[in-house]
Amino acid sequence: MTPALRAEALSKRFKGESALEGVSFEVRAGELFGLVGPDGAGKSTLLRMLAGVLRPTSGDAFVFGASVARDPERVKNDIAYMSQRFGLYSDLTVAENLSFYADLYEVPRPERAPRLERLYQFSGLKPFTGRLAGKLSGGMKQKLGLSCALVHEPRLLLLDEPTFGVDPISRRDLWLMVHEMVARGVAAVVATAYLDEAERFDRLLLLHRGRILDSGTPEDLLSRVEGEILDVVSTPLREARAILARHPSVLRAAIFGDRLHVSVRSAERDRGAIEAALQSAGVSIHEVALVSPTLEDRFIEAVEKAEAA
Amino acid sequence: MSAAVTAWELSRRFGDFLAVDRVSFEVREGEIFGFLGPNGAGKTTTIKMLAGLLRPSSGEGWVAGLDIRTETAAIQSRIGYMSQLFSLYADLTVEENLAFFARLYGVTGGRRRERIDWALAMAGLEDRRRRLTGELPLGHKQRLALGSAVLHEPRILFLDEPTSGVDPLSRRSFWELIDDLATRGTTVFVTTHYMEEAEHCHRLALMNRGRLIALDSPRRLREEMKSPLLEVRTSEGLRAIEALSVLPGVLDVALFGRALHVTVEDREGAVERLQDGLRAKKVDVAGIRPIPPALEDVFVARVREAGGAIVD
Amino acid sequence: MTSKRLLAVARKEVLQLRRDPRSLILAFVLPVLLTVLFGYAISWDVDNIEIAVLDQDRSKASRELLDAFRASSYFRLSAFLDDPDEIERLIDRGEVRMVLVVPPDFSRELGAGRTALLQAVVDGSDANTANIAMGYARAIAQSYSLRIAFAGSSFHPPVQAESRVWYNEELSSRNMIVPGLVAVIMMIVAAMLTSLTIAREWERGTMEQLAATPVTRIEVVLGKMLPYVGIGLFDVFSVSAIGVLLFGVPFRGSPLLLVPLSTAFLVGALGLGMFISAITRSQVLATQIAMVATYLPAFLLSGFMFDVSVMPPVLSWLTYLIPARYFLVVTRGIFLKGVGVDVLFVQGLLMIAFGAAGFAAAVSAFRKEIE
Repeated sequence: MTPALRAEALSKRFKGESALEGVSFEVRAGELFGLVGPDGAGKSTLLRMLAGVLRPTSGDAFVFGASVARDPERVKNDIAYMSQRFGLYSDLTVAENLSFYADLYEVPRPERAPRLERLYQFSGLKPFTGRLAGKLSGGMKQKLGLSCALVHEPRLLLLDEPTFGVDPISRRDLWLMVHEMVARGVAAVVATAYLDEAERFDRLLLLHRGRILDSGTPEDLLSRVEGEILDVVSTPLREARAILARHPSVLRAAIFGDRLHVSVRSAERDRGAIEAALQSAGVSIHEVALVSPTLEDRFIEAVEKAEAA
Repeated sequence: MSAAVTAWELSRRFGDFLAVDRVSFEVREGEIFGFLGPNGAGKTTTIKMLAGLLRPSSGEGWVAGLDIRTETAAIQSRIGYMSQLFSLYADLTVEENLAFFARLYGVTGGRRRERIDWALAMAGLEDRRRRLTGELPLGHKQRLALGSAVLHEPRILFLDEPTSGVDPLSRRSFWELIDDLATRGTTVFVTTHYMEEAEHCHRLALMNRGRLIALDSPRRLREEMKSPLLEVRTSEGLRAIEALSVLPGVLDVALFGRALHVTVEDREGAVERLQDGLRAKKVDVAGIRPIPPALEDVFVARVREAGGAIVD
Repeated sequence: MTSKRLLAVARKEVLQLRRDPRSLILAFVLPVLLTVLFGYAISWDVDNIEIAVLDQDRSKASRELLDAFRASSYFRLSAFLDDPDEIERLIDRGEVRMVLVVPPDFSRELGAGRTALLQAVVDGSDANTANIAMGYARAIAQSYSLRIAFAGSSFHPPVQAESRVWYNEELSSRNMIVPGLVAVIMMIVAAMLTSLTIAREWERGTMEQLAATPVTRIEVVLGKMLPYVGIGLFDVFSVSAIGVLLFGVPFRGSPLLLVPLSTAFLVGALGLGMFISAITRSQVLATQIAMVATYLPAFLLSGFMFDVSVMPPVLSWLTYLIPARYFLVVTRGIFLKGVGVDVLFVQGLLMIAFGAAGFAAAVSAFRKEIE
């Protein structure tokens, strides 16, 4: 079965500077696919190319078989793109924005009322249909943005950081909307800089400075974390960190609030050495426990490797 | 230990929009004090009022013992401020930016040279001093901005979303810088919408819709969360949500990564009740266990306790 | 192209316009304001020129001469001087434009059959008024001369020039200005309003979102243009109405001819504005360029303020490139001369060409891609 989206060596250069280099991946229908990475990683550039609003410098992507490099207009009826900045009209009301998008996609009249009704239910925007979009809270704006994207029942969703800075409750609502769409067979490509959100994707790309650092399911990525992570509660904390950072068995030691996350190659083997190092320095140890690595650990590891190379 | 920053019933209105609603708190000297909340919660507005950039509509505040309503000039010469939007000059070099701000803060002569070198070292930009600021990656820009805010060795530092958009590695090293400064006695007042960054703070204020909904150390905020939290691992997230939302005693259900976070009223027998509920609807469950709440869970719980659903 | 999407864009533009006070003022208030201001304030008609008189003769003859000046509506005698030193003072201060000096031997010379001199000291700093004032003064003195010379005889001057003014009998400059204003205001308002619209959407980020939808470039440009065509035609109507009703400017031609030609011109002006907006993608830059590209040529080179035919060759060639120049011929023709298609045929074609070119330029400059 043809994938919903197939990218082949997509690259984009701006005035000689490379924003995205040789990115290839595939997304199937009904899949929640993540583009994960910080600012400047190239997520927005990638999504814009897939949406047909930015021309690739080289490479191509095929959305339901249509080429975004050669024929961008053809893909637009089947996709929905939600840009990173609020892209709706702040001087139009919620209802006016929705009906504008319904018109643009020529949603047939008899379908409009039921679809809008369902979207209002999802988003909780019903009481605000007459409110100017610019006067909504951040979370509401994003929900409106997502609703406008969904009004024509697209087969592929391209969402650029839809939950950036949004309050936790609205963030949950947004993700629920996305998950529901995906459960119905819509393919969704979502960019996020929040690594904790990354764990919910079916598959994801880790992007950094325009390149793919790693890709696969969250489990795949986590299994590739080389070290193991020890959660160490010790005081004084900063001294403990300084000692461990110098220790030969320690790959990385980072402060996590009131504790340390220490990366070692083997917890079993290195734990003793660490405890000894701390004790001999007169630092008190309150707790040492093995914890599961997170995607953030994977990301940091991958970046360090890439930069060392 | 005296208070470095005090706010009392601070409010700010823009037209008919109440951005900050009677916020009161105290920041102790040498503390890393975090203002946590989503965009639009009023964090930036609050920090601007304290830094003398915005006049409060009502209420009072003191920074380093100076009144924010009447002594803003004096305050501004004593504090360091890093604004949310990157506000250094993209068309000046790293060194030129630092020199400019040093002069603005009255750091002169030999001391200026010293402080610039120190800032360059702190930010790790010594071998990039002649690079145009606009060409630096975001993480470096933020470090540079931090450097330029502390050239005059202020006792109090205001940082507005300093790590927004920065990659995790740079973010961690940035927080190490802040830790360092705090260890040396600088009071740091920082706002962020990254819940996990809150862990770096000694105390946290949770903001939502202009109101302060919680104020305590991260650990106590988590410990004091009244409603216990359970993690449900299942491959059928949406169906599980449906099944669980209607169960009595379930306060909240949300998708969290690959699992569900379920907030229940009562810990007693909660695991069994959830299991029964899910089995009845034939939802496949891999495991259920109680977990310590993350700050996001605390945030949601506090909002709920403060008044139910968020009304726009 | 589908009408649904086109109308959706137009409707959105209207909704946004209604809620934007600055655009509304620019679109509706400014034209009216300009018309009233220009109509009342600017007038090249020169009358009621302030003059002073120094009569050193104080005879019956000098009094008669000065009466002729007093009776003329061109002049207003505002001061009678006693002392020649006062002349300099009054002119320096700008209190009078001209001082008539009757020398002490005026009536004596007249009585002796010799030519008596009347001196006029004129403030040359406003050359235009000075010229006109001198001309009038000469004419009055001349007719007085003739009266004296042929008093009581039946002599007729050999040649008399009789002029008849067509189209603007009172030679009222207002009649010349108002039709010109229709053209100039349209050019400016149209270009100003549309120079912002595309750039604004790019700057706010809504264009990126719009570009990801199936809407076509023609639909966006045309959809955005439609409300402004409506506004432009309304402005034509309101400026004309003010001219006719308030200032009594004649309207002798056919409104049915004015409408299509105005529409074509409008489309061209709107297209130009959108073209600027599409290539700059910056509101600040677009406004500046629009000012240089439309205001200045429309005011200076269209024939509105300054007669094209007396310009130096380089400039007058330039005016052939200014669309407003041709439209001015149309408006003046329809208002004052009442001419029809047969005369305005060429201008009509040029208007249509301008409209088509403006529209085409806007569509080709507008891209749906960020880069």
